[in-house]
Amino acid sequence: MWKLLWKILKSGNLTESRMHKPERTSPCEYSRSASIRHLDSGSCNGCELELWALENPVHSLSSQGFSFVASPRHADILLVTGPLSCHMKEALEKTYQAMPSPKRLLAVGDCAINGGVFRGSYAIHNGVTEDMSPNLTVPGCPPRPEEIADAIRRSFSPAKTHSDSPVLDLEIRSPLP
Amino acid sequence: MEGNNFSPETGFDSFHGAIPHATLSFDSPERYRGEAHFLAHSGARLLALWADSPSSIRASLILREGVVLLSLSLPKDSLSFPSLSSIFPTAGRFERTIADLFGLLPEGLTDLRPWSDHGLWLVPPLAEGRPSLHQPFAPEDYPFVRVRGEGVHEIPVGPVHAGIIEPGHFRFSVVGEKVLRLETRMGYVHKGIDSLFRGRTLFEGARLASRISGDSAVATSLAFSKAVEEALNIEVSEGIRFVRALLLERERIANHIGDLGALGNDAGLGVALSLFGPLRERMHRHNLTHFGHRLLFDTIVPGGVSTFLSPQMVDALLQETDDLLSEVSLLERIYSDHGGLQDRFQNTGILSPEIAIRLGIGGVAGRASGQGWDLRIDHREDPVHRFSPALALDHVGDVAARVRIRFFEIFESLHLVHALLTNFPGPDICSTLPDIPLSREGLGIVEGFRGEVLGWVRIRPGKTIESAHIAEGSPLLWHALEASVPGNLVADFPLINKSFNPSYSGSDL
Repeated sequence: MWKLLWKILKSGNLTESRMHKPERTSPCEYSRSASIRHLDSGSCNGCELELWALENPVHSLSSQGFSFVASPRHADILLVTGPLSCHMKEALEKTYQAMPSPKRLLAVGDCAINGGVFRGSYAIHNGVTEDMSPNLTVPGCPPRPEEIADAIRRSFSPAKTHSDSPVLDLEIRSPLP
Repeated sequence: MEGNNFSPETGFDSFHGAIPHATLSFDSPERYRGEAHFLAHSGARLLALWADSPSSIRASLILREGVVLLSLSLPKDSLSFPSLSSIFPTAGRFERTIADLFGLLPEGLTDLRPWSDHGLWLVPPLAEGRPSLHQPFAPEDYPFVRVRGEGVHEIPVGPVHAGIIEPGHFRFSVVGEKVLRLETRMGYVHKGIDSLFRGRTLFEGARLASRISGDSAVATSLAFSKAVEEALNIEVSEGIRFVRALLLERERIANHIGDLGALGNDAGLGVALSLFGPLRERMHRHNLTHFGHRLLFDTIVPGGVSTFLSPQMVDALLQETDDLLSEVSLLERIYSDHGGLQDRFQNTGILSPEIAIRLGIGGVAGRASGQGWDLRIDHREDPVHRFSPALALDHVGDVAARVRIRFFEIFESLHLVHALLTNFPGPDICSTLPDIPLSREGLGIVEGFRGEVLGWVRIRPGKTIESAHIAEGSPLLWHALEASVPGNLVADFPLINKSFNPSYSGSDL
């Protein structure tokens, strides 16, 4: 046991400080705490490895107020990876519908945006953007953890990151047909 | 092959020092089954079974001496093919996949439930317009095997799991807290990878091969590249082989480190994840700095590697190896001394050696259950054999054994990385890829971090892929998981699952 305690004491704090302070532009803005439900819609698990990396002490996304949650009922952000396989479409729709509003949709990785290397297959929908409108997309194969973390932080900031409109897009249009 | 069975002593070819293998072609279903039966009695394990067209069935078997590819040509308009499920119990799901994709009936298979097909396909997607025996069904009608009895109930889990995990469905039949039966239902991440290979250039193919299962990117792209090199009859130079071996061992170390941290976390020692996590992060950052990609995607290409190893990089990587050795040594002592952790690990999820043999399990899971298969040790493949790697072997088959194997393999891989770096012969140029006048096939086999990874490719003139298949061993691990979970508590399932760590993407393809 002493070895473990010694190791913990010796390790110290490894977290790289990335505290993000959003501009206060609207009364109903997000104030740095949100829950994320991750959904793998058919990825190769490369994006999942980078999401795992966000949880390690170096990136420590949870110390910045973002946690991955088990239920869509608890989630503010749906983070989708993978090219949306035909067999995961129903699961994606049900997961999104189970989330309370306001909610955000994040498409992480080239696959989720346009199918990536799997584009054109009979078994996929070429990403989530065919049928849904993500609030933010994070390109990369896979994107680096810093890029994903940055997108997660920006996903609740005012809509100017998405378009030039300064209005906070709280009631996003339903991405589902 | 007229009338005689394959001889493991004399039948293998070793292409440019690669792992020995042989291809046996059959027109007769009886002879295909007969040869499989004979090889099974010689100790062969089934690695993968697939169809590369509606009239061509392939089964790859591994023997101590090498890999045998059985190739069965079916007559035109044939609607069925012979099943090997009575010889290899793991053949069934591979054959159900062929049935779903090509509309062919596996003759002799008793379990004819769909596998890759989730009821969304009107016709088999790869049947190429041929008549088929496909029967549409409603996805919710999938008949799981029911366990009946007083107090027995079912727990359905998935496809979306509670965490950052790939999708798949598990159906537990339980009494109280004890699992009586576990049945997996996969196919949620089926992406039609075999069909995506067709018509691509070799480099596009290598890019796709890197993304079969992201955690095994080096192993899958190396198996693919070796297959391409055999088909084109080119030999890669010594410097390239060193860099490839180095990348493969780095991938193994990073994955074992990640799995060990997650195993400690799943057993209730949350700090384990925090102690192993930064080690893996550091490796990924070094990968990005030195090899251009955190997860080493696209670092291996047919004919060579996409990276370069300078003397400064060798020094930096040697330093990293020393650091990892001391850090992981301490963490191993913490794990082995921690009573609470060992209490969760020991006697949990036992895969007995008898069942491991019956299912033909190799890799980490096999080595933890007394099955001493490791391509790096069994075959004198250059350059790894120069540094005489040791075999990790355990006989208990529980989670604790798989944890011990992973620690052992990290140390062994660190030793190999150190030896590869200190003996690095210097950078070499990649081979150019010649064109070929006729379509040719090639096979490549690699020991990935889970177990054997097999790549097969047929290339047509013009250097495009006519057909390709990559098998990375996960389908067999689902069978191992199903065999080892019953008798355990439901709460131990995540721990057992993580100790095998099968890839959903790698098995659904």
